[in-house]
Amino acid sequence: MKFAVIVFPGSNCDLDMYHAIKDELGEEVEYVWHDETDLSGFDGVLLPGGFSYGDYLRCGAISRFSNVMSEVVKAAEAGKPVLGVCNGFQVLTEAGLLPGALLRNKNLKFMCRTVGLKVENNETQFTSEYSKDEVIQIPIAHGEGNYYCDEETLTRLKENNQIVFTYASENPNGSIEDIAGIVNEKGNVLGMMPHPERAANDIMGGSDGLALFKSIVKHWRESHVNQA
Amino acid sequence: MKKVKVYVTLRESVLDPQGSAVMGALHSMNYKEVSDVRIGKFLELQIEESDRDLDTTVKEMCEKLLTNTVIEDYRYEVEEVAGK
Repeated sequence: MKFAVIVFPGSNCDLDMYHAIKDELGEEVEYVWHDETDLSGFDGVLLPGGFSYGDYLRCGAISRFSNVMSEVVKAAEAGKPVLGVCNGFQVLTEAGLLPGALLRNKNLKFMCRTVGLKVENNETQFTSEYSKDEVIQIPIAHGEGNYYCDEETLTRLKENNQIVFTYASENPNGSIEDIAGIVNEKGNVLGMMPHPERAANDIMGGSDGLALFKSIVKHWRESHVNQA
Repeated sequence: MKKVKVYVTLRESVLDPQGSAVMGALHSMNYKEVSDVRIGKFLELQIEESDRDLDTTVKEMCEKLLTNTVIEDYRYEVEEVAGK
């Protein structure tokens, strides 16, 4: 399986993402600069964390109009897995690929620590290698991770089982219903504030994030075997 | 040439923790009459005359890029810029 790690000016978790895929997962991966116009050669798209365009105006607001983003939309429409972590999640909401928005943390502080995440839905292509309600330890590092959406959207998210991760004990940012990560209706676009790529090997302090990437590959292999 | 002043604030339904902190500070300074503080952004655009309708263009820019309508409201004012 071949992954694209999209690199915007100001991305800073692109190397971590690349490392997790290449060295920990053992799959193919390439960096793709934000003004590229073709993602057809890739099976999955990863939007890394960081401060794309310096978070100017709003997080993700400017990146969302990069050339590559129309390709990311195409990939999402084609059913390819698209994962946005941290700033990547912010870009996905700005681009309208995921509902809602990310606000300033309620306590106005940049939160950087490892938190417990509860797997609310393990029936997605990103979480099949976890058990339902399993609590995993994943690092967060954000100042604007307070997920917000209106009541109507929240009801829809619940009805469709789109809430994938919630903060297990303490909510670090004040997000609605302790939401840490959601998928789109189709289930192939995941946005999450915590960083699974930073928990891909015990030497990094934990490896609970690796199963997320393994789930993606497993789903991809299975769907391609079925097609053959 | 027109000068367009765009004011962006968080929607009423969205908590503004910065605004609340500032209100707390004002209260502690004994300005108890302050009942709400909302912090927003102010953008000033200089726009050349064109065949496109100014209001349509400004609204488009606000809704596509300048604000995120999921969380923000905006209003704008248009001023004539005196020609040279």
